[in-house]
Amino acid sequence: MSEKTLTSEAAVKRLKKRRGKEWRFRMWGRASIAFALAALAWLLFSIVGTGYTAFQQNFMRLDFQLTESVLAPDGTRDPEKLRGANYRRVVQTTMYEQFPEVTNRKDKQELFALVSASGATNYLRQMVYKNPDLIGKTVTVTVPTSDQVDQLLKGYIKRDIDESRRKVSNQQIAWADTLKERGVIKKKFNRILFMNPDSRDPELAGIASAVVGSVMILVVAFVLAFPIGVGSAIYLDEFAPKNKFTDFIEININNLAAVPSIVFGLLGLAVFLNFMGMPRSLPIVGGMVLALRIFPTITIATRSAMQGVSPSIVDGALSLGASHTQAVFQQKLPLAAPGILTGSIIGMAQALGETAPLLMIGMVAFVTEIPNSITEPATALPVQIFLWSDSAERAWAERTSAAIIVLLVVLITMNGFAIWLRNRLEQRR
Amino acid sequence: MIDSNIKFTCRDVRVHYGDFEALHGIDIDIPDRGVTAFIGPSGCGKSTFLRTFNRMNDTIDGARVSGQILMDGQDIYDKNLDPVLLRAQVGMVFQKPNPFPKSIYDNVAYGPRIHGLTSSKAELDALVEKSLRRAGLWDEVKDRLKLSGTGLSGGQQQRLVIARAIAVDPEVILMDEPASALDPIATAKLEALIEEIKERYCIIIVTHSMAQAARVSDKTAYFYMGDLIEYDDTDKIFTNPGDTRTQDYITGRTG
Repeated sequence: MSEKTLTSEAAVKRLKKRRGKEWRFRMWGRASIAFALAALAWLLFSIVGTGYTAFQQNFMRLDFQLTESVLAPDGTRDPEKLRGANYRRVVQTTMYEQFPEVTNRKDKQELFALVSASGATNYLRQMVYKNPDLIGKTVTVTVPTSDQVDQLLKGYIKRDIDESRRKVSNQQIAWADTLKERGVIKKKFNRILFMNPDSRDPELAGIASAVVGSVMILVVAFVLAFPIGVGSAIYLDEFAPKNKFTDFIEININNLAAVPSIVFGLLGLAVFLNFMGMPRSLPIVGGMVLALRIFPTITIATRSAMQGVSPSIVDGALSLGASHTQAVFQQKLPLAAPGILTGSIIGMAQALGETAPLLMIGMVAFVTEIPNSITEPATALPVQIFLWSDSAERAWAERTSAAIIVLLVVLITMNGFAIWLRNRLEQRR
Repeated sequence: MIDSNIKFTCRDVRVHYGDFEALHGIDIDIPDRGVTAFIGPSGCGKSTFLRTFNRMNDTIDGARVSGQILMDGQDIYDKNLDPVLLRAQVGMVFQKPNPFPKSIYDNVAYGPRIHGLTSSKAELDALVEKSLRRAGLWDEVKDRLKLSGTGLSGGQQQRLVIARAIAVDPEVILMDEPASALDPIATAKLEALIEEIKERYCIIIVTHSMAQAARVSDKTAYFYMGDLIEYDDTDKIFTNPGDTRTQDYITGRTG
């Protein structure tokens, strides 16, 4: 009986060793993926965990008496004059009415502190400004509670620690609970977070100005980076002579994609702000800096897409008497379009998340109005997150996380769309 | 003196890729209104030579053509001659069918559009139809002109490419192994098409198949390692070649 090499003892032993190696490799792979997923899950869990509560807010539904003697003692109905009226007194009156047994001055201050003072007064001021005939009437308005009450009712302020270490006193807690039982305080969807610009009061702060600012910056960045990025890629690929100089340019463009983004901020600071004297905090400057940041991404994506087009198509066009330019723009470019598009969307997603360059060019202005044009001061969503994360009051923590959630959702959507688009267009080929 | 039957006159044509000389001094006269075949083993330079006629070698980095090629007495490598105009006169069909990923109509219409050959939609429609008919494709695609050219079979794609080339009304059609990617039936159809259109055009075809050269061409040129070994009427080359090297090739002893 002859010994078969296929099943000899030595062969089997070697095979076992090979299989062992492969198995271990697979296990390492699985472990790495598990680790990455765990890290991702932990990140999402902690962000969503701290942020989801910000999507709801506690509001108070109150009746405000717009007494003429308080607001317009001289009987005026001029909207401009009424802007300076004493709405604060009106709000105080309403709050004192909730618990009429409170008489002590200090206690009354604590009672007033349950509502969002700026929120209520501003709201009433707006109402009367639009309709001065409301003077003398009673209006029912829903206004936010103060941020401390909001945090208390959401459970972030612990009730069981010592009163001196809390921002809300025991009697404030009792009042808040009572008002909640009465149905005066209700938790609702927090439209303020999405509709309002930034504010010193956390209960009145929103991401609207940051979102508008980010959109403006993205638009400016795209309008600048896309033509430059695509154009330079096409030129380098098809029309530039092949010599050491063009090689040098190519290497440098590729390296630009790896430069830390803060360097672009320094560049913007030195050139746009100092040398050209442009003002800080404008979306147009932010857009220009980010255009520099993303144009290498677009260039590289365009070159890659162009190189993926079969040369036989260009040859076919040339053989019909098309000029080189015609063949490139009429045949090659349309075929490279999906890759170019995908690269651009990814570049835009990059731009959306950039913070460091914007900080360097001073887009940290405290902007309380939603900007109307690219030459008005604005901020961007990542910068807003940065500013909010720095603030002291408790209420900012959940709002910071909520803004991060919004940013993540937008980024995931953009990147997901880019991938979907690329797959769709590739299938049609 | 220009012989009206001769389309191309080539004298001492050499092609270099960098330092490498791929074609060594070719002298040949290609007749008009007929089919000339270039045969020879792989790497002998026949495709390179074919590409000199429409200056497609210009698109290859480092390629240099020297010597003289006259088309109807005019030097096609003249500095003042724009290759774009030459290529409208000298069309090309490639080894692998390369229709544009556009509609059949747009494929055929591309050439006329870029050269501004027609002035109205109706004229363009008529030109597209005429070209597709001449290429023997009209009946098969007339109801689906809007469909993509890449959706056709290989043989149909190749005929589409020919229609596309014909649409710019060339005088010459160069074919670089046009049937090598096709099945035998498609090949037979293609060869029948060449038979039909050779009355109108000067056709130069590079082929690996000697049988195809024998079937289709009027004159045949045998190339070997960058040299033109023998050039004569097809009948003579395949029945009684003058050079032993030609003899060896066609009998299969070499190549």
